[in-house]
Parts: sequence; structure tokens; C-alpha cells
Amino acid sequence: MTDSRNDRSRLLLSEDATIGRTVAYCGVLTALAMIFSYVETLIPINFGVPGVKLGLANLVVLSGLYYLRPAQVLAISAARIVLTGFLFGNGVSILYSLAGGLLSFCVMLLLRKAGGFSPAGVSVAGGVSHNIGQLLIAMLVLRTVHLAWYLPVLLVSGAVTGLLMGLLTGRILKALRVPY
Amino acid sequence: MNKKDLLLTAAVLVLAGIFAAVFCLQPHKKPVMVTATVDGEVYGAWDLSADLEVDIDTEYGHNHLSIRDGSAQITEADCPDGLCMHQGTVREGGEMNVCLPHHLIVEVLTEGDESYDGLSQ
Repeated sequence: MTDSRNDRSRLLLSEDATIGRTVAYCGVLTALAMIFSYVETLIPINFGVPGVKLGLANLVVLSGLYYLRPAQVLAISAARIVLTGFLFGNGVSILYSLAGGLLSFCVMLLLRKAGGFSPAGVSVAGGVSHNIGQLLIAMLVLRTVHLAWYLPVLLVSGAVTGLLMGLLTGRILKALRVPY
Repeated sequence: MNKKDLLLTAAVLVLAGIFAAVFCLQPHKKPVMVTATVDGEVYGAWDLSADLEVDIDTEYGHNHLSIRDGSAQITEADCPDGLCMHQGTVREGGEMNVCLPHHLIVEVLTEGDESYDGLSQ
């Protein structure tokens, strides 16, 4: 059992993986994250509040935190944001996504390293911090603090979608036989 | 899902509840005006009790604001996501519609609002 687990995680990406292998993996995962971003634009859910969304792409980032190195996850996340931004968004939307993506990456990495949280908890913190990052950028761009009105909605939506994505990530990691 | 996860989620929800309560418990004031703000600069302010159709054209794009029956709503926009048109009407003090791509905020002001005082001077 232990052997098969080791084999499996080596199959994913081990410490001594070649550069070619690492690049290939990161490329495939970036593509997967981009597809998730695209799929999300097709979901016609509209809560009437800008910034409320499922966060499917976070499945790749969050699960990556459990079997990749942090720098690789960050590269995948940043590449996904910039590429989907150019494909489906505009300059401003990249700014919002980057703010949310970077803040949630840092928070999730911290909680992952701190230990004690399952992927669900890490993901809740990620979802909430993502929304807070976007709200802060919106306050800067629109130059008003009145947007704080949206804070309660964004906190709740970040927690709910984060929890959903976190539970799903738990399933994914189980299927990949990555220990967490 | 473990105990720490649950605690964290509960803490976030409680925090959201506290913020919501603080915002909602503010004294209710009579809504009087609707303003459009672009990049933090006031684009225009209109009497909320009037029936008006307003075009908001800036370097970022076009939005159309309809004011009637004491409420306002963005009814047309050429922004990429169109989210501003789906935010419904605003009628109570502090309520707002936001069009992020066009840096636009449409907001209801009440008597005594700082920005309202500034406008009436």
C-alpha cells in the first residue's frame, strides 16, 4: 500500500523530476485551470454582485499545493490568470484576478504549511481572501470605501464556494492518492 | 472537513453577520439623490424622485441610467460583462450599482450624506 502510494506520487511530480517533466506537468495543469475558467464563464449563475463566482480554477491551485512545489503552483496560477485574462477578459479584469489569485495563494500556502486544516479549511480561507483581494482592488480603482457594503456578501460567498471547492479537492487528492 | 475547518468557516460567517448587522443597523435616512461616480469623481447627481433617462458616457464606455418611481437602474451598457444591468434597482440610502469595467458607481444618497452636502454647496 505504501509502495503504491509512493509510486503514484512519483508519477505526479517528484523532487528529482527533470526540467522537461516539470514544465510539461505545469503546462498541462495550466491548460486544465484555463479550461475550468472557461467552463465557469458558461455557467449562467448571476448573483447580482460582481466578484461572486465558483472558483473552479482553484481546484488546480489548491490540489497543486499538496503535490507540487509552491513556486510551481504560483507559476500555474499566474499563467492561468494572465492567459484567460487576455482570452476572455480585459486589462482591468486581469488586475482583479491577479489581486485575488495572489492573496489567496499566499493565504492558502500559509494555512497548508501551518497544518491542522484539511483542504476544505484551506479552501475556505482561499475563497474568502480571494474576494477580499478583489474588493480591495475595486476600492482602489473606483476610489471609494463605500464598496465595503459588499463585504458581508463576499465573505459568505467566498466561504461557501471555497468550502465546495475544498471538499471536491479532498476527493481529487484521494483519487490521486496524494496524502493530505 | 475537521474541527479546525469548521471553526474557520464559522468564524468567517459570524464576521460576515457582524458586518451585515453593523451596516443594516445604521439609522434609516430618507433617500434623496442618485449619483454617478467615475474614478471617484462625481459624474452627475440627479433627484431620485424625478423621472429621468440619463446617458453616462465616459472614456471607458457607455451606460444608460433610468430613474423612475424613486428608484434607479442601469438599463443599457456596452461593458463586456453587463453585470451592472443585472444588479436590479437601487432605492435605499447607500445602495449601489457597480460597473467595474467602466469604473462607474451609481449610488443612492440620503440627506446628510457627506457627498450630498458637497454637491449641494
